[in-house]
Amino acid sequence: MCGIVGLLVKTPALKSRLGELMVPMLIGMTERGPDSAGLAVFTDPLAEGERKISLYSGLTEDGDDFNWLGLTHELKQHLGVEVKIAPQGNHAILTIGIAPEPAKRWIKEHHPKLHILSTGRAIDLYKDIGTPTEVSNRYDFKHLTGTHLVGHTRMATESAVTPDRAHPFTAGEDFCLVHNGSLSNPYGVRRMLEPRGIKFETDNDTEAACRFLEWRLREGDDLETALQKGFEELDGFYTFLMGTPDKLALIRDPFACKPAVVAETDDYVAIASEFRSLAHLPDIKNAKVFEPAPEEMYVWTA
Amino acid sequence: MDGLNFDLTEIPLRTVNNFLHKEAPGQGVKKVTIANPDGAHNIAVGLDFAVEIEVVGHAGYYAGGMNKLASITVTGSAGTGVAENMMSGRVHVKGFASNGAGASMHGGLLVIDGDAGLRCGISLKGGDIVVGGSVGSFSAFMAQAGRMVICGDAGDALGDSLYEAVLYVKGKIKSLGADAQIEPMSEVDLKTVKDLLAAAGTAFTGHDPKDFKRVASARGLYHWNADANQEY
Repeated sequence: MCGIVGLLVKTPALKSRLGELMVPMLIGMTERGPDSAGLAVFTDPLAEGERKISLYSGLTEDGDDFNWLGLTHELKQHLGVEVKIAPQGNHAILTIGIAPEPAKRWIKEHHPKLHILSTGRAIDLYKDIGTPTEVSNRYDFKHLTGTHLVGHTRMATESAVTPDRAHPFTAGEDFCLVHNGSLSNPYGVRRMLEPRGIKFETDNDTEAACRFLEWRLREGDDLETALQKGFEELDGFYTFLMGTPDKLALIRDPFACKPAVVAETDDYVAIASEFRSLAHLPDIKNAKVFEPAPEEMYVWTA
Repeated sequence: MDGLNFDLTEIPLRTVNNFLHKEAPGQGVKKVTIANPDGAHNIAVGLDFAVEIEVVGHAGYYAGGMNKLASITVTGSAGTGVAENMMSGRVHVKGFASNGAGASMHGGLLVIDGDAGLRCGISLKGGDIVVGGSVGSFSAFMAQAGRMVICGDAGDALGDSLYEAVLYVKGKIKSLGADAQIEPMSEVDLKTVKDLLAAAGTAFTGHDPKDFKRVASARGLYHWNADANQEY
């Protein structure tokens, strides 16, 4: 099992309440996924030349006490540009005014245990082991703001319970994916991608799906074409929910082995594995509630 | 005691189900309303007495499962496995039903006003299912006895490996499963469909039994055929 949740607000006034509306959705999926939780939130994008990088220090020796300001200072000296950081325990968001690769290379070289969660102009990513309530409190999810988000509660089946194997997974920039289910051909997908220079960070099956779809997008496919290739290449059970800077996308395997339900009003689109994560949302009694069909693409634009 | 109301935001579902199992049958309870189900699983499962239950809102998994005698209405949608293994009585979903609706039912009547998901009526062992909308793929898989009336379309592999259950479909059938075949509608079939539509309620009586196709087993899988090379 696992739980997935997604929320996209259509009414600008709800952007400031994104986190507050989402936390009960995530906690509602605790029974489906009590061992880890995470989410990716998409904010208004930074300027063209700027990037933000979400970092996780829980795998380093210093853990929650990681010296984020020290890291910022060293990185500034190395890059010779301004580096901003917003730390929160074992998590921090680094902002730079240049392309992200030199910073990421330096981090990997000098702090190999620091985990790079995401890179982009719009995405902030948080994930850790613990119950959805614990993880929500750890990062103060209820105060998150933005246009849309993708969240996940994990009950591990295909790989170990560790922070880096929690969802969402990311690849490239401003793309993330969460998964309920299990793939039967992740190693085949990996063997196809690795000779193309695509590097994997874990042995998790979901990472293969995430890197496959991001590779298709980077090769020039639009989202719909990439998802169609996903139907053709990815085998197994899945409900996938994906986030891009302006879209949420959902697909289910042809056997609809893993659940999903959608509630839509004039103000928002909310997605969850089960209705019990949607029951608290405003005006839910008048929402259009439906079950997404298997092997169909559902794409909502922020 | 006549009518009772339970609000699931105030009382745990387990307490309500316990009451319905143990005390309610002896107290002459005739009607129960369950408010704010909010997608909870296992609402009104395992009932064993004649009572009318109205669930006002969306139910989670297995609502009305294993039902005997009770008449359960869900005003919203129902999650996976609504009325699974029902023995008798009636379950009515006014919205849509998710996967595995009426799975392994032995008796009673399941009415779904909207669409049903995949595997509706899988392993049906008796009883009747009437669906106002469409059913998903693999519906009536290995259905052994009982009847299904589908007013909309059917997905892939309808009635795969059917035994003696009979299916009536008004809309398009995307594909038939192995050993399922379309057969002519007899007078008995027309009456069966008419009666089941009437039993499902006034919302269904507008359908003309003549518009339905009969799907039943070709019985080619009843005996193992070593020469078939797994192709049926």
